[in-house]
Amino acid sequence: MAIASGQQTVDLREPSGWRRTKNQVATVGMWIAFVVMLIPLGFVIFTVISKGASAISWQFLTAPIPINVLPVTFGGVGPAVYGTLVITGLAALMAIPLGVLGGIYINEYGGNQVLARVINFFADVMTGVPSIIMGLFIFTIWVLHFGYSGFAGALALACLMLPIVIRSTYEMLRVVPDSLREASYALGATKARVTLTVVVPAAIGGIVSGALLAVARAAGETAPLVFTILVTQTLNKNVFSGANTALSTLIFQNATQPYTGAQARAWGSALTLIAIAFILMIVARLVTARFARYDR
Amino acid sequence: MEQQDQQVTAKLQVPQTTATPAETPAEAEKVFDAKSLSCYYGSFRAVTDVSLSIYQNEITAFIGPSGCGKTTVLRTLNRLNDLIPSARVEGDVHYRGASLYHKDVSPTAVRRRIGMVFQKPNPFPKSIYENVAYGPRINGIRKKSHLDEIVERSLRQAALWDEVKDRLNKSGLGLSGGQAQRLCIARTLAVEPDVVLMDEPCSALDPIATGRIEDLMHEIKSQYTIVIVTHNMQQATRVSDRTAFFSVLRNEKPGGNDTRTGVLVEYGTTQQIFEDPHDSRTQAYVTGRIG
Repeated sequence: MAIASGQQTVDLREPSGWRRTKNQVATVGMWIAFVVMLIPLGFVIFTVISKGASAISWQFLTAPIPINVLPVTFGGVGPAVYGTLVITGLAALMAIPLGVLGGIYINEYGGNQVLARVINFFADVMTGVPSIIMGLFIFTIWVLHFGYSGFAGALALACLMLPIVIRSTYEMLRVVPDSLREASYALGATKARVTLTVVVPAAIGGIVSGALLAVARAAGETAPLVFTILVTQTLNKNVFSGANTALSTLIFQNATQPYTGAQARAWGSALTLIAIAFILMIVARLVTARFARYDR
Repeated sequence: MEQQDQQVTAKLQVPQTTATPAETPAEAEKVFDAKSLSCYYGSFRAVTDVSLSIYQNEITAFIGPSGCGKTTVLRTLNRLNDLIPSARVEGDVHYRGASLYHKDVSPTAVRRRIGMVFQKPNPFPKSIYENVAYGPRINGIRKKSHLDEIVERSLRQAALWDEVKDRLNKSGLGLSGGQAQRLCIARTLAVEPDVVLMDEPCSALDPIATGRIEDLMHEIKSQYTIVIVTHNMQQATRVSDRTAFFSVLRNEKPGGNDTRTGVLVEYGTTQQIFEDPHDSRTQAYVTGRIG
């Protein structure tokens, strides 16, 4: 192509040398980090599925827990599945409404008030408290007075979930643009209206998925339950009184047994727990997508 | 209309004595009457000593350089600045005879009569229908047929109906900038406000979308009173009946650290402000020599 005399062609290629090397090093580094991160994750899932999948059946999920010496073909872990669902569900019923309201208070009503800053600070601190401390706390204030029960376990799990729900709700509300609030106020809405009809709906997908992630985390907790529900092998339908059981405590107990049947039940329970967490994640994704249908 | 006026008086809790009867035609048309209005953000005085009257079924434009406080004054007219914790007001603004900043006045009741369209189009993340129906709903209208009627009427008024009538259930966020701004205007009109405040409504729009919104303003002027803040002087001359020119006053007092404040320099008919400005600062601004 003819170029006017005196005009030089511009060099638009990537500058060679050090800059290109840095780019390559960083790219390779990120790939290595990605693979290293995937190895333990993949290994955990592979091991649990290979050792637990054979145990899973409808009978396994519903039948009573047999004595430890019996092989996995006898009985199942029904009481533990029941306990996990009921205790976690009860904890969610307590923690989610309270946590969502707390998050709304901090972001929408608290402003710079001392109370809001205190709640925010303690929610931060509580997310870092080890779960066994929560178990001990409930043991001291509840179990010592009223005895072991599924409800005591639910209280401990609720204490674990509460700060997570507060923080995730707060973070979701914080990113709702002020222009939406102003638009609602300018139509004559009261503060409660603005919060209920504009701010919370705009953030609901994130709030729901945050809450479900907290539930998934609580469902797998063991330490807070050991102190609060004791551990039993029989089905206890009354969550408010008497020892109870859960998948996580069953794994903890059976994994140390010498009997292959008990060990197989522990692997099966582990897979069941992962499946519960997985289902909750998928529900969280679906809910987020459902609520986000007007985002674009 | 008479009934509506009674409602205004009732809901704003105006003491009977301040509702002065109309004596001259000019008095009767007054919608806002600001007297020595000063607005503060904390200790910073953003606007000082503004006095002006805004008249019914007119378009009043606020023009001036950035930081002169025209948006602040606009936001005091429907008490939207109440949302900023540090904001406060001195002096007084009367709206149809009622003092806007009287302690018994509910900002919510004020904003139901005085709507606002913002600089950046801000539709709710809801469907187009729900965006327009939002205002009527919070005012207690539940009947579907009534809401349908309001939505269609408001979207027609905002010249958007033909473009969106087949996708009322689609997200309001999927509209183009100009359409989104017209949706916001429709949302404001849906509550049948008395006054529409517009804060640079066309600054994010191209000339064609701007032209449509200006046409729309002319069309709805017979039913509403409009106050518009604009940086575009051609827009002020095209749409407004009256123009208020604000400017920044720098106080050269030694020792004071922040002595910048917005002032109302000149207020008159748009023709007078642009063709025969009395103040040299106005003249410099409208002829493009400053700002």
